[in-house]
Amino acid sequence: MSIGLLSLIILVLAALGYVIGRRKAVGQVEGDIRKLHSLPPFYGRITALLTAVPAFFLIAAWLLAQPLFLENKAISLIDPAELPAGKSAELMMADVRRVAAGLNMLEARGDEVGPLLASPTALKTALNGAGVVLETEPTPSTLAATAALRDAGDTSRLAMTGAALLLALAGLAFGFSRINPEYRARNATEQFAMWLLMTSSLIAVLTTVGIVGSLLFESIHFFRLYPASEFFFSTTWKPQFGGGSSLGILPLLWGTLYVSVIALVVAVPIGLMSAIYLAEYASRSTRAWVKPAIEILAGIPTIVYGLFALITVGPLLRDYFASPLGLGTSSSSVMTAGLVMGIMVIPFVSSLSDDIINAVPQSLRDGSLGLGATPSETIKQVVIPAALPGIVGAVLLAASRAIGETMIVVLGAGAAAQLSMNPFEAMTTVTVKIVSQLTGDTEFASPETLVAFALGLTLFCLTLALNIIALVIVRKYREQYE
Amino acid sequence: MKDQRLETRVDTQTIKIEARKAQVYYGTNHAIIDVDVDIMDKTVTAFIGPSGCGKSTFLRCLNRMNDTIPSCRVEGSITLEGENIYDPRVDPVQLRARIGMVFQKPNPFPKSIYDNVAYGPKIHGLTRNKAELDEVVETCLRKAALWNEVKDRLQSPGTGLSGGQQQRLCIARAIATSPEVLLMDEPCSALDPIATAQVEELIDELRSQFSVVIVTHSMQQAARVSQRTAFFHLGYLVEFGETGQIFTNPKDPRTESYISGRIG
Repeated sequence: MSIGLLSLIILVLAALGYVIGRRKAVGQVEGDIRKLHSLPPFYGRITALLTAVPAFFLIAAWLLAQPLFLENKAISLIDPAELPAGKSAELMMADVRRVAAGLNMLEARGDEVGPLLASPTALKTALNGAGVVLETEPTPSTLAATAALRDAGDTSRLAMTGAALLLALAGLAFGFSRINPEYRARNATEQFAMWLLMTSSLIAVLTTVGIVGSLLFESIHFFRLYPASEFFFSTTWKPQFGGGSSLGILPLLWGTLYVSVIALVVAVPIGLMSAIYLAEYASRSTRAWVKPAIEILAGIPTIVYGLFALITVGPLLRDYFASPLGLGTSSSSVMTAGLVMGIMVIPFVSSLSDDIINAVPQSLRDGSLGLGATPSETIKQVVIPAALPGIVGAVLLAASRAIGETMIVVLGAGAAAQLSMNPFEAMTTVTVKIVSQLTGDTEFASPETLVAFALGLTLFCLTLALNIIALVIVRKYREQYE
Repeated sequence: MKDQRLETRVDTQTIKIEARKAQVYYGTNHAIIDVDVDIMDKTVTAFIGPSGCGKSTFLRCLNRMNDTIPSCRVEGSITLEGENIYDPRVDPVQLRARIGMVFQKPNPFPKSIYDNVAYGPKIHGLTRNKAELDEVVETCLRKAALWNEVKDRLQSPGTGLSGGQQQRLCIARAIATSPEVLLMDEPCSALDPIATAQVEELIDELRSQFSVVIVTHSMQQAARVSQRTAFFHLGYLVEFGETGQIFTNPKDPRTESYISGRIG
């Protein structure tokens, strides 16, 4: 039974639960709903929730856990003698999975699968026809593993269907049996809602943990193949696909920080000043169209900014600044990417700061104006200090955006990893190199590819540190002023 | 120097602020109608009246705080020592330094206690060096009866004080610019009775140096602290005179109804 159909059945059961739960509650008081603890829909709702939610959780958990258990079994069937040179059983499993998926697809189309399994050549052709391309013909042990995987998959699917339906019915029966006029269905629904909300937030947290975990895992893998001291302290970045690369992160980090700093130098003053204008000086009607106009900047896709950097800003800077000053002849430069990125993050600074400045109580402004301060003195000495924690937050958000930006750097700053002070020279950033390392043609298990995860992890630590600093600043400030 | 100037002016019958046919409009709403008031020097003048009668609006006209409200328009004449404060040549910023204001809710700046009081003297350049500034801060905090409570923690945030202390801090801040008139918009409405008593005592002491105008909802407070009382009703100034006369022998029946609790 497909997941869709199963879900539909569970939903129908839940709807049934709602109807009978509600009817039972109303029936028990002979229609006088004032005698019920809660309004009738609550009795229906709690029955429906008890029917559907546990069953769906079971399905989700089952689907997540299933591959782990099934593949352990299949992998033991692969004969090590048949493995091609340099391929591990784990890599072979990728083929097994694809063959299994291809066979399922053929079967779903109504093709006869039996004869194909007897002849590896025919199987390969048939799978090719279905869009599953195999490098080599499947070996007998691969086929055995495939068969085992598919069998186990079918069994597991059947078991899951049974278990989910059983759980749904049990939930329905349990919910239904609990209904009586004293039953506090309203409070129970409230509890249920709380658990549901809590689970949602837990999923968000666990996803973060999962992402960090996978980064960490692959990074450890990388550091087994490549010395960590070289990675962190070498000043050359020269990946070679034949091996023997130098993968020092320093030039990339330097580029990242350089570009981000230029971006912030552009964005923070402009953003902050426009926020002050909007919040303190602009009339309501001006604000109504200027603010959305600035926010449009945030909606432009970064690739468009990249084009702008490549076609307009880069050549402009080269022709009017870099060449005349003798600072370089490259149209890709840190300055180009930094300027364009700065424009991109202006709305992050201005829009958030504007909201924060607006939130400063009017009584503080009145107090300062009442002492004979001018509006600008008031802003400088009272409004901005009061809004500072929020402004710091806005700036750090902009910084995280700048550090993580890729497209503008690819097109604006080039891809040459180097350590240089000259802002008119091409440089590159961590994110750009992550992309280029993963889109290469090298083997996945080589250090040249795995370095991407170490780079990602470093970047993550960087932004995390930034966030922590922001928190510390904000907290210190709050202690002082609240 | 400041003290000398204040001591020489002992005639309490000098008119400090004079309003003639003052009108205030919020958009099309005529909020203050034909108000004539004389604020005497070194006197506490109380504005009383039911909510929405315009007493706060009128108070805010006296130092042009209403300029910050775009829809507000003031007509008629309001003069400070004979000079029309709505004259285009008058700088509202300078005017507000001469006519200080204390607000209903304590609004200390997010700064230290010291910086709160030093704010006005700093922006107006009233002191020549740090020592003088220290002295001004101490004097004002003493006048506001706050010095003994905060002298050991001048650098801690002003927002960390209790409500009554915050309000006295705001008063210290207002008198630090050495204004000629101090406007107080319901300064005790957010305070408990003890803090209220302290602030009232303070107002009475301030009378020796400034002219004080206080808006209040409490008639007892008006009777306790003021020498002259103005009763506002629906935008009109109904009655204005000696506090004792207003409370014991009001001429207008509306004043009598209000102070005896029948309207309001």
